[in-house]
Amino acid sequence: MLLEVKDLRVEFPTRRGVLTALNGISFGIAPGEVLGVVGESGAGKSMTGAAIIGLLEPPGRIAGGEILLEGRRIDNLPLAEMRKIRGKRIGAIFQDPLTTLNPLYTIGRQLVETMQAHLPLSDAEAKQRAIGWLEQVGIPAAAQRIDAYPHQFSGGMRQRVVIALALCAEPQLIVADEPTTALDVSIQAQIIALLKRLAREQRTAIMLVTHDMGVIAETADRVAVMYAGRIIEIGPVRQVVKHAQHPYTAGLMASIPPLDRKVDRLAQIDGSMPRLNAIPPGCPFSPRCPHVFERCRVSRPELMPAGETLAACWLHDKPGAPA
Amino acid sequence: MIVAKDLARHFDVSKPWLQRTLAREPRRILRAVDGVTFDIPKGTTLSLVGESGCGKSTVARLVVGLYRPTSGEVLFEGRDLSAARASPEQRRRMQMIFQDPYASLNPRWRVHDIVAEPIRAFGLVPDPAQQRERVAELLRQVGLSPLDGGKYPHEFSGGQRQRISIARALSSNPEFLVCDEPTSALDVSVQAQILNLMKQLQRDLGLTFLFISHNLAVVRQVSDRIGVMYLGRIVELAESESLFTRPRHPYTRALMEAIPDLEMTGRSRTPVGGEVPSPISPPSGCPFHPRCPLANDRCRAEMPALLDGVACHAVQEGRD
Repeated sequence: MLLEVKDLRVEFPTRRGVLTALNGISFGIAPGEVLGVVGESGAGKSMTGAAIIGLLEPPGRIAGGEILLEGRRIDNLPLAEMRKIRGKRIGAIFQDPLTTLNPLYTIGRQLVETMQAHLPLSDAEAKQRAIGWLEQVGIPAAAQRIDAYPHQFSGGMRQRVVIALALCAEPQLIVADEPTTALDVSIQAQIIALLKRLAREQRTAIMLVTHDMGVIAETADRVAVMYAGRIIEIGPVRQVVKHAQHPYTAGLMASIPPLDRKVDRLAQIDGSMPRLNAIPPGCPFSPRCPHVFERCRVSRPELMPAGETLAACWLHDKPGAPA
Repeated sequence: MIVAKDLARHFDVSKPWLQRTLAREPRRILRAVDGVTFDIPKGTTLSLVGESGCGKSTVARLVVGLYRPTSGEVLFEGRDLSAARASPEQRRRMQMIFQDPYASLNPRWRVHDIVAEPIRAFGLVPDPAQQRERVAELLRQVGLSPLDGGKYPHEFSGGQRQRISIARALSSNPEFLVCDEPTSALDVSVQAQILNLMKQLQRDLGLTFLFISHNLAVVRQVSDRIGVMYLGRIVELAESESLFTRPRHPYTRALMEAIPDLEMTGRSRTPVGGEVPSPISPPSGCPFHPRCPLANDRCRAEMPALLDGVACHAVQEGRD
């Protein structure tokens, strides 16, 4: 495993007490693997990414657990140490390319600066490499466009520049937080193809955070499904999408409008995800769950083997129980 | 019920006069909507889909009268829209639901007042007790509790807020609703709730919808007919089922091809190259020709008209 997260817990102290935003998060990513992280807004998927790259918004803090990169802990490093890792070994791609790029510098300067911060390169070498990276991500006429400013690019092109920026120091892991959400479908397909190619050719590990199951189904090798700050199911993408073991995952999949047919009524999960200050005891999904029984309301399930995935659901604790 | 004839809306995005004169620049006109024609029969749903910047939201605003058309006209039951909107009785009959449920509700008003505002503005139910009763009924209709009327918008989740927007739109007993991306700010499980609610309301109240969305899968679930827009024009207009089973315009096909596939058939896809050109300086001829695999010289020179539901020389000549 390149990245290992063990029992991660993130807390937000507030005036009305401490909110637990992430609880008991454990997973790993191997080199060349794409791990999809899905869930609805507020489930904690972006925060998991932020914790890994050491960019939790204060007052949020890691209150327990460990994050290991190639077996070395990175969650307790001093700021200066972490800055060396961020960019060099872990790259980040965020949703909005405009806020990631500095509007006052040309994209070439931003690429060169990033590379020189992490690699011993001369100006000419760095520029040559910057052009190479822009070509890699599919920017036409890269040698001319390297001196352009971010506002001179369209949304899709900007997101490519951001990806080039995340890649240019050749990190082993990329945390991509909703990299295609702000883009149109035709551009989205181009960006997804690019990420897949990177994982395959450069053996880059990718943590892909998104709410779009379609993107996950096309890109990821494994998927973690989050709900109310926990991973409630994790497993190979085909198993999770086609044979979901957790009732929440099953409901989530069923509520996606199908493209290939018209249905009279979409399956819906009634209610909404609990707020962080009102997570019910027992299983956090129990108030909305169609299969709820007594045990779910009092005791909290941990991830347990279920079919070919791991699911945090008591239905799978009884041998031979139906999913 | 609603007819749009050769509707166009241009925006002047030129620099100020002095700057323009000094730099010897011409005026710059953004053709957001450029010659759009459609009709929506009573009780049916027409959807407009397309990528950002294709003009679909501008059409929505033209149809409810938030913008005036630069040329062309909108007819509401045979009467010109601006004439129809002069009378409150006609205005009452059309309402709009917006994309962002966080921005479209006044944060300082209680839900009761938000929902009751159209009732008061049109003087539909003068008696306060009956008015309360009507608001309670509307809230029940959209799946909220009548007790929610005393709360403020911030106490609700995104999906619940969109339900409040729908209750407000319904409160003037409209017959025609324009929905501009009503579910794109919502999570998928909540989106399913709202789409089911809208279909239910259409069945119960016989509403007519103009539905704007970028999501083809959502559009398939709600529409009777679909118009695909590209750079301010409708490039294909067809019955919902035939559009999905037999897409004809190369752009429609490319859009369907680009959607990530949950079935994971593992088929390799060829994404459409390039990007949507700027509507300030659209390409000559057919606006899609720079990205189109079927383009030839005629496509580069001559704008295709919407004939038999598709605006494409290649399809019309049988070259597809």
